[in-house]
Amino acid sequence: MAGRAQPVQQEHPLALRPSAATVGVVGWLRQKLFSSPLNAALTFLALYILYLVIPPLVRWAFIDADWVGSTREACRREGACWVFIRVWFERLMYGLYPREEIWRINAGYGLLVGAGALLVVPRFPWKHWVGVFLLVVYPVIAFYLFVGGSLTVSLVTLAVILALIGGTAVRLAPAFRDRAWIAGWRRAYPVFALGALAWLALGERLLGSAPLTVSVHLWPMVETRLWGGLFLTLVIAAVGIVGSLPLGILLALGRRSELPVVRGICVAFIEVWRGVPLITVLFMASNMFPLFMPEGVNFDKLLRALLGVTIFASAYMAEVVRGGLQAIPKGQYEAAEALGLGYWRTMGLVVLPQALKIVIPGIVNNFIGLFKDTTLVLIIGLFDFLGMAQAAASNANWLGFAIEGYVFTGFGFWLFCFGMSRYSQHLERALHTGR
Amino acid sequence: MYRVTGARDPLAESEPPGKPPVWQDPRLRALVFQVLALAGVVGLGVFIVNNTIANLSKQGIASGFGFLGRTAGFGISMSLIEYAEEHTYLRAFLVGLLNTMLVSGIGIVLATLLGFVLGIMRLSRNWLIATLAAAYVEVVRNLPLLLQLFLWYFGILRQLPGPRQSVTVLDAFFLNNRGLFSPQPILEPGFGAIPLALVVALVAVVVLARWARRRRDRTGEPFPTVSVSLALLVGLPLLAATATGFPLRWEYPVLQGFNFVGGMELIPELVALVVALSTYTAAFIGEIVRAGILGVSHGQTEAAQALGLTRGQMLRLVIIPQALRIIIPPLTSQYLNLTKNSSLAAAIAYPDLVLVFAGTVLMQTGQAVEIIAVTMAVYLTFSLLISLFMNVYNRRIALVER
Repeated sequence: MAGRAQPVQQEHPLALRPSAATVGVVGWLRQKLFSSPLNAALTFLALYILYLVIPPLVRWAFIDADWVGSTREACRREGACWVFIRVWFERLMYGLYPREEIWRINAGYGLLVGAGALLVVPRFPWKHWVGVFLLVVYPVIAFYLFVGGSLTVSLVTLAVILALIGGTAVRLAPAFRDRAWIAGWRRAYPVFALGALAWLALGERLLGSAPLTVSVHLWPMVETRLWGGLFLTLVIAAVGIVGSLPLGILLALGRRSELPVVRGICVAFIEVWRGVPLITVLFMASNMFPLFMPEGVNFDKLLRALLGVTIFASAYMAEVVRGGLQAIPKGQYEAAEALGLGYWRTMGLVVLPQALKIVIPGIVNNFIGLFKDTTLVLIIGLFDFLGMAQAAASNANWLGFAIEGYVFTGFGFWLFCFGMSRYSQHLERALHTGR
Repeated sequence: MYRVTGARDPLAESEPPGKPPVWQDPRLRALVFQVLALAGVVGLGVFIVNNTIANLSKQGIASGFGFLGRTAGFGISMSLIEYAEEHTYLRAFLVGLLNTMLVSGIGIVLATLLGFVLGIMRLSRNWLIATLAAAYVEVVRNLPLLLQLFLWYFGILRQLPGPRQSVTVLDAFFLNNRGLFSPQPILEPGFGAIPLALVVALVAVVVLARWARRRRDRTGEPFPTVSVSLALLVGLPLLAATATGFPLRWEYPVLQGFNFVGGMELIPELVALVVALSTYTAAFIGEIVRAGILGVSHGQTEAAQALGLTRGQMLRLVIIPQALRIIIPPLTSQYLNLTKNSSLAAAIAYPDLVLVFAGTVLMQTGQAVEIIAVTMAVYLTFSLLISLFMNVYNRRIALVER
């Protein structure tokens, strides 16, 4: 449109001005609110309902509310008692995490927000490396930040891990794509990777002891039973989404595989988990996982819940990804085949990049669902954001403030979910261009 | 266009294709891959089963379903069938199952009604109405269902005054912290004629609709099917009721001492669960309905107008059938979600399948494997039945393309 000359707006001498009743505020009111007697009646009904609801709500939440103080006596009980939230704020955010260690959680948040902000900056040059940091390095740092305690590592193992990460990065990084030696490295890579993984899995056991160990003890350990509040909610949601995405992609590929056994296994897995409520999965995780493990293996409640949530979410993720796979035209598969690509390269280089791009909004929607579902962990005795509010409201000193707790946590959940749904709509629009 | 620059054909240079190495044979690869996958799954299964058997035998728990015949020994606050502490675990399971079905059934009906109203409100030309509906949807959809359930149960229903200060509607419905009390229909002898008349009316309507449709296809003459059907559905039972002298009376709840006596009592857990489930699901259904109606292309409306159909005919014959085609599949999956979400009952102690069976019975007997397996199997059966229905329905209404 930009290149075309705009016609000059000029009032025709004989043109009549539009009637005042169809333009401006009056016109808008007429059209949108009072276009017919029925419409006018509906408008008045809606206004009356708003009148019944909004003023008392505002009075309760703001005008009559109590904001300052530190005991329940500070509340006159005429409106909301936000003192309750103020007193319990730390618990609602961090659970029972020791007060002097809370900086670790904040540091974890800060690192995440900082790295995430770099991703959002347009034309930031090293986005790939930030992505690798977030997906590979950050979880390790965050794990040690949040759990802490003594960490004993063998220097050899550490070197192998670093070599594996470095080697993989070189193998994949676009910067080295045109170097002469890259072909040789590509050929050697599978042997290298298998060797490194084999060392990680068996090396120390074969030797009987870990060589050259160093102990790190930067800060004390915080047991997971002390985790709670919004922090726990975010941990569960993040682990659930990061764990379920790769698993879901594999399941979706398996479901569309031509190998009947693989397909059967994947279909059964997906349909079973999609067919049952999350609560039964969590019940299973908390009651049955301990039975499944050999004697002496005892893993904690949070880990069990994380496993349950991840398995459950991966089944839903698989269906979203499958939608994307089905939307890729057959020509793309045939073209990849004609180029001589094998199965994994066809999927990894041609099909999945397109399919995942299509389903990003679906993935975000899935994430919203997962985020809301994390509240169910309170049924197996973990105190997430909502669970902490519930616990605070049943504290003997603070009985009767349940609604304030729900309103506050509800506001928190709503901000996250609404923000994500808007972001997903924005992505949908942004990704639709150029197709 | 391209030119051959070199003197030789590049293909001529390569070796004649020999037999590829064995490990590149796709059939062999497929076989090996599948055997490996199967071995992995079976191996994991054996590992789990072995560990479970070892752990159970150490705890002295006999596996199997023998426990279902034992006496339950616990009470259940609400039951549709006769139940007492001396009944068996099997009976307790049935009580829980029926309670789940009851809450899902009521929830589905209410959510559908509210959802359709919301969907239509969002499409209203009245700006205020459309905005109100949109605000409702955005608020309710983005809050965890458990939070809404807690708000209804702990925040509102449990805060209500006692029976003496009940919230009263029309002197027939009483809402207080003990639950919702409403009049109960008492059936008197001869009542059977009314359902019978309803069944007769239903059959008549189906036959009539078929006949009317065939006649319309043959001759083009329309028949007022909807109004005649409605008349039949209302008229026949009414006629039966008059003939038998209205064999139905209402028993009203009466305040006696500290609580209400008589009438129908809905425990507050049930009320909270139904309200939370239906208001939550309705927000999703509203969006589905809106998308379904918007999904009917505008050309269809214009074509219908061009054919001279009235507004009612246009809705009934052109828009609604096509919108339903879009609406029904996601709608059934919402019904399924509602049924699965009803398991949140456990959080407010409504005695549903999960609370009674996977909660209390599991705690008492320790038969975790059997109980969780049965509970999951029940929900899985629901979902398989619904997807079966979905597939049949989809095949029936799928567009026949030429």
